[in-house]
Amino acid sequence: MIRNDVRTLVPTHFGNWLERYGDTWSSQISELKEKFGDSVVEVHYPGKQAVEVPVVVVKRESLLEVLRFLKNEVKYHFLADLTATDEHPDSVRFHMVYNLMSHQNDFIRIRVKTYLTEEEPVVDSIVSLWPGANFHEREVWDMFGVQFAGHPNLRRILMDERWDGHPLRKDYPLQGYQFFPTPQEVDADQLKD
Amino acid sequence: MNSKTVEIKDRKNMKPLDEAQWPSQFNLTVDHDPDDLWDDSRIIVNIGPTHPAMHGALRVVARLNGEIIEKSYSEFGYTHRAKEKLGEHRTYHQFIVYTDRLNYCSALMNNIAYAMSVERLMGVEVPTRAVWLRMMCMEIARVIDHFICIGINAVDLGAFSYFLYGFHQREEAYTLIEKLCGARLTTSYARIGGMAYDAPEGWEKEVKAWVERTREVIDEMNVLLTDNKIWRKRTEGVAVFDQQSCMDYSFTGPNARAAGIDVDLRKAQPYLYYSDVEFDVPLGQNGDCFDRYMVRLEEIKQSLNIISQCADRIQKGPIWSEDKRVRIPDKEVVHNTMEGLIHHFKFFMTGFQVPPGEAYSAFEATNGELGFYISSKGDSMAHRMRIRGPSVSHFQGLNQMIEGSYIADLVAALGSINIIAGELDR
Repeated sequence: MIRNDVRTLVPTHFGNWLERYGDTWSSQISELKEKFGDSVVEVHYPGKQAVEVPVVVVKRESLLEVLRFLKNEVKYHFLADLTATDEHPDSVRFHMVYNLMSHQNDFIRIRVKTYLTEEEPVVDSIVSLWPGANFHEREVWDMFGVQFAGHPNLRRILMDERWDGHPLRKDYPLQGYQFFPTPQEVDADQLKD
Repeated sequence: MNSKTVEIKDRKNMKPLDEAQWPSQFNLTVDHDPDDLWDDSRIIVNIGPTHPAMHGALRVVARLNGEIIEKSYSEFGYTHRAKEKLGEHRTYHQFIVYTDRLNYCSALMNNIAYAMSVERLMGVEVPTRAVWLRMMCMEIARVIDHFICIGINAVDLGAFSYFLYGFHQREEAYTLIEKLCGARLTTSYARIGGMAYDAPEGWEKEVKAWVERTREVIDEMNVLLTDNKIWRKRTEGVAVFDQQSCMDYSFTGPNARAAGIDVDLRKAQPYLYYSDVEFDVPLGQNGDCFDRYMVRLEEIKQSLNIISQCADRIQKGPIWSEDKRVRIPDKEVVHNTMEGLIHHFKFFMTGFQVPPGEAYSAFEATNGELGFYISSKGDSMAHRMRIRGPSVSHFQGLNQMIEGSYIADLVAALGSINIIAGELDR
């Protein structure tokens, strides 16, 4: 049974964020909509949907531009987290999730999402914006099988290089073994200049 | 941020490092090798995953020119336990025990952060006593985690007795934690909507006595190591990570503050009652190993201040939320009434349902921003349980940090950023 009462609106233990950030959020989102127009597919807003910060869903093609705009113009300099969710069996299968924070602007947070289909799970890499996204994108590739165009070194990170399958997909089996008698070898290509 | 930041006192006689004054090894690259002893040859050294200098099962592969690291890459995942997958296949209550094993040096911190993330999705408020208790637990966890970080860092660089001073206080803190929940390391103390057990009679007094003893020990440790010449030479100017790099690599917590980035989520987005207590945020200047050490040392003092303020203000009262969805029924009711037994059975067999929604909740854990991104579809198990461990970002910065430095400084760098394999691999 799914509850649809007032509790589905996420309250916060961190003080009233709508009061603290509400005006800034709405001006930033209207700025985004003005600049990117149709590329902003939808916006989930706290108080209306069950989210704690605004979630801006953008088209896959313009993700990099939106994030660059948010980083350079709106001063979201800090990439707090990068991850994905698997919406199997939905055909729009993977949701990429980018959590941003601004140190300069009262530690305001925002979340950017983009949807990827099962047939073409490819999205632009944001390593050019944040070098720290490297490991996170490798982890998403490892766990979900989402590919990142323009990533300098897209290989598995938590699992072995020889691993078969992407464990955090919803259709991945919960039990079973893959056994490798030898350890992963040193990758000398990584050490070239 | 309206926080009063304190400069680290012991640094007042020292000037910030000028690039021209850097130790010469920073300027040493392959082309300028002054005495080309190695005849243009390079060695590839594989350190780890099971190596005493690697904290946990980490692996760094480095290309060496003599003793200088020219390039390196790191690998992890050797203690990967699929926690995020388990989070999707365990009820919210069952997942509490898995959070112990994230950062196992401060298990209480993870327990409480996780419980608060779920409470945030459900809209559950916990009573006052539970909040104060949580704050005390979180700060005790911070103290013991910092003790282990600076202690192990010193052990790696040869200062063994220093480590024992901190370790003694850490054992005493574990005894306090044991009085709370019966476990020392893997506490599983927090529950969604409250705490598992109330603190025993007189626990606050014991904590205050421990705080006083620990303050003395901190002063002693400060005298013992901070001005030690060998320690300073091994840490000052070593593994420098400046503000820009910290932002690029999403550094948080003490490691970012050591570079002078003024961010502390306890001040920036206060949760629990952190806005009601007084504490300062120590900031470093250079972002080297020594600054990270000093920031942690100062943070221990500030955490002790918070603990004693909490111990003064905590009052008797309930430790469980009245919300029937999350509250575990009392044993008295379970054993004597039919309804209680059914409630108990349903709670532990099927769990409670969390309303649909998603939230990324970030907490100032010992190493930095510990985030739980929980996405719920109205089920009793999470749709997505993402754990953002601060160590992932820190470990990622390691390769850039150690490039061009001695291989011995890799050990100093790794110890000073406090990589915990549990939250790194998840």
